[in-house]
Amino acid sequence: MPINLNINEQNLKAQEGETLLTVARREGIPLPTLCFLEGLSVAGSCRLCLVEVEGSSKLQPACALKVTEGLSVKTATERLKRYRKMIVELLFAEGNHVCAVCVSNGNCELQDLAVQMGVDHIRFSYQFPERKVDLSHPLFGFDANRCVLCTRCVRACDEIEGAHTWDVAGRGQSAHIISDMAQPWGSATSCTSCSKCVAVCPVGALFGKGVSVAEMKHQPAVVDFLASARREQNWHKKEEQ
Amino acid sequence: MIKSHSDLEIISLEEKQNTAQYRHRVMCCNSTACLSAGAHGVREAFEASIKREGLEPQVQVVPVGCMGLCSQGPLVAVKSRLPNQETGGKTETLYHSVNPELAETICQEHLANGKAVEAQVLSPELPFFARQQRIVLANAGEINPERIEDYIARGGYQALLQALSTMTPLEVVESIEQSGLRGRGGGGYPTGKKWRMLHEAQAESKYVVANGDEGDPGAYMDRTIMEDDPHRIIEGMTIAAYATGAQQGYLYVRAEYPVAVRRLETAIRQAKRQGLLGNKILDKDFGFSLEVRIGAGAFVCGEETALLASIEGKRGQPVLRPPYPTQRGLWQSPTMINNVETFANISSIIQKGADWFRSIGTDSSKGSKVFALAGKLNHTGLIEVPLGITLRDIVEDMGGGVAKGRNLKAVQTGGPSGGCIPEAYLDTAIDYESLQHLGSIMGSGGFIVMDNDDSMVDIAKFFMEFCRDESCGKCLPCRAGTVQMYQLLDKISKSQASLDDLARLEDLCDMVKHTSLCGLGQTAPNPVLSTLQYFRQEYLDLMTDSPPQVADKAINYEALGEG
Repeated sequence: MPINLNINEQNLKAQEGETLLTVARREGIPLPTLCFLEGLSVAGSCRLCLVEVEGSSKLQPACALKVTEGLSVKTATERLKRYRKMIVELLFAEGNHVCAVCVSNGNCELQDLAVQMGVDHIRFSYQFPERKVDLSHPLFGFDANRCVLCTRCVRACDEIEGAHTWDVAGRGQSAHIISDMAQPWGSATSCTSCSKCVAVCPVGALFGKGVSVAEMKHQPAVVDFLASARREQNWHKKEEQ
Repeated sequence: MIKSHSDLEIISLEEKQNTAQYRHRVMCCNSTACLSAGAHGVREAFEASIKREGLEPQVQVVPVGCMGLCSQGPLVAVKSRLPNQETGGKTETLYHSVNPELAETICQEHLANGKAVEAQVLSPELPFFARQQRIVLANAGEINPERIEDYIARGGYQALLQALSTMTPLEVVESIEQSGLRGRGGGGYPTGKKWRMLHEAQAESKYVVANGDEGDPGAYMDRTIMEDDPHRIIEGMTIAAYATGAQQGYLYVRAEYPVAVRRLETAIRQAKRQGLLGNKILDKDFGFSLEVRIGAGAFVCGEETALLASIEGKRGQPVLRPPYPTQRGLWQSPTMINNVETFANISSIIQKGADWFRSIGTDSSKGSKVFALAGKLNHTGLIEVPLGITLRDIVEDMGGGVAKGRNLKAVQTGGPSGGCIPEAYLDTAIDYESLQHLGSIMGSGGFIVMDNDDSMVDIAKFFMEFCRDESCGKCLPCRAGTVQMYQLLDKISKSQASLDDLARLEDLCDMVKHTSLCGLGQTAPNPVLSTLQYFRQEYLDLMTDSPPQVADKAINYEALGEG
């Protein structure tokens, strides 16, 4: 059933049951996201896509907000921009993100977000956490220093591949991604080496071995395929162009 | 098996006859606070000396629940069948700070000769006791929580029988709605509204869950209710199940409360044996089973969606709402979560009626609330007061004020999600809205009093450290924001911070409050915000005089050296 809604003073039509993010993407309204990935369950944890909803004091994540008749939202107020910029700064401050030595340099969603938000310096103190690098898998590596805990790998592995190799352990600032029961990735027997986690990682935390600085290319077509194959019941990869 | 009113009456009468044969009953506090002060040894001393004096046929020693004034424990009450001439015709004498030696003296003088040991007697006219109105704690200190007969003798399970035999489920829901009862876990959501949502939900299976994952520092209301009157919670939950159509219930208790877990499990076993849980409860066509689930030490599991995840055996972290648990909760079925204190109010509302409950409290907040008094007060412990009482009445009258020569500075309510209310606002009548208006919250009932020795920056820092350690790490604002806020507060408390840091702290508070996923993150900045609101000067006094440095903005060189 088509419904009417208003985004940033612009009257739009949408289907009931769609999320605000889907509508915004279709209409070309920019909304930053990090933990969201089409085809995976919604985590709502990065808080970047929060929007102001008229008549509600609480900000709502666009990735989970179902559009309803008469919904009126603002997606880019000064306040939201300020919050988003702080969130990106905090992401940089909490991990060890050094673009100059990262495989994903130039091909990284966190980097893109920083550029979009105009982050030129970090106002918060860097935490320099001691984190590990796991290179025990023959094909892939995991560098926790670059991890932003978006849990896309956890969800892709569980929901698409069905292996559930990845999970989250620890809490608060010590929360981290583990494979199997905190075993080295190489000895995680549940891993099928399908590389889906590497494909969905927004940063350079999960990477294929053999690539050096700025050499890793995330392939949007692969991610699209992962997300849409089940929905479209089409398990054959489209010809890559 | 209890099937009717007369079955309950028989148990009740037998129990009353049983207690009537004793001249004195020695009620020894057996709650965690007094146990840690040596109450177990006191009870053994009583038993030994009663035996030695040959008083066994006349005196009964009863392990009971919390009598409230925990700061002067272990507490022992002697209840006499006949008025005691020497103590002015009283039938009840309350002793404080009892140790095994004193127990022996009480036994020799009071129990054998009817002469109270006056030096250790607490007056029942003490405002700490006299101004209480006990609804959920009515049985605490009066019954042995490990015996279902004691509970029945005090009118227990009458409300369940009344609901099952004279009311329809909808009538029960309506009566809770009319009572005006609001959630006692902190949010203050109307309980009846929640019940109606579950009542109206169409599903094959529904669940009711009691939240006993109390975790605020210094607060132990829920622990006391679970330890001292477990059957009251079970009865409340069973009535809720009848009203809402749930077949299964869970009591979620944190693992740090082993006594509560043990007593709840005992109570469930007893209730099952008496046909008050299980199939065909009270011989009616209604079944409900109840299980205890033990937490694994995460504060965030007090948040309802994290609690449900924990019951399901998943990682205890919150998920987005909507859908709300009453729409989709445990194993995707509609689920209603109430705090244990909320459930403890139910049987009284059913028995005495919604109008009686409405007559207590303020316009918006009905009934009573249990508070755990802590901090710089002369009398600390557990009190249950009618809502609408002023903060000053609690602090100065019931709590006996702060120590001589000190000045009262502020009251912290609501634990890590709450705020500090300065002395000037103490004449506020307590209800959900008034506390919120002052920048604090009712919360689950923590009540910490601070005097002029206490630094408000340190208080804010303490609670921020707590939130940082208890953040689950799922959403970024709470995970990284609490870390940064704690570091800034630490810097301020050590007089190393600039005004620039203070501005950054306020920015972070604003962001974390409005962007966090669950209540823990959304309320984590409250202790900072409320102390900044009322005690800003204390922060400013700690600032370094030097203007903000440019280098500080770009890279923290000190931290680099450490890394």
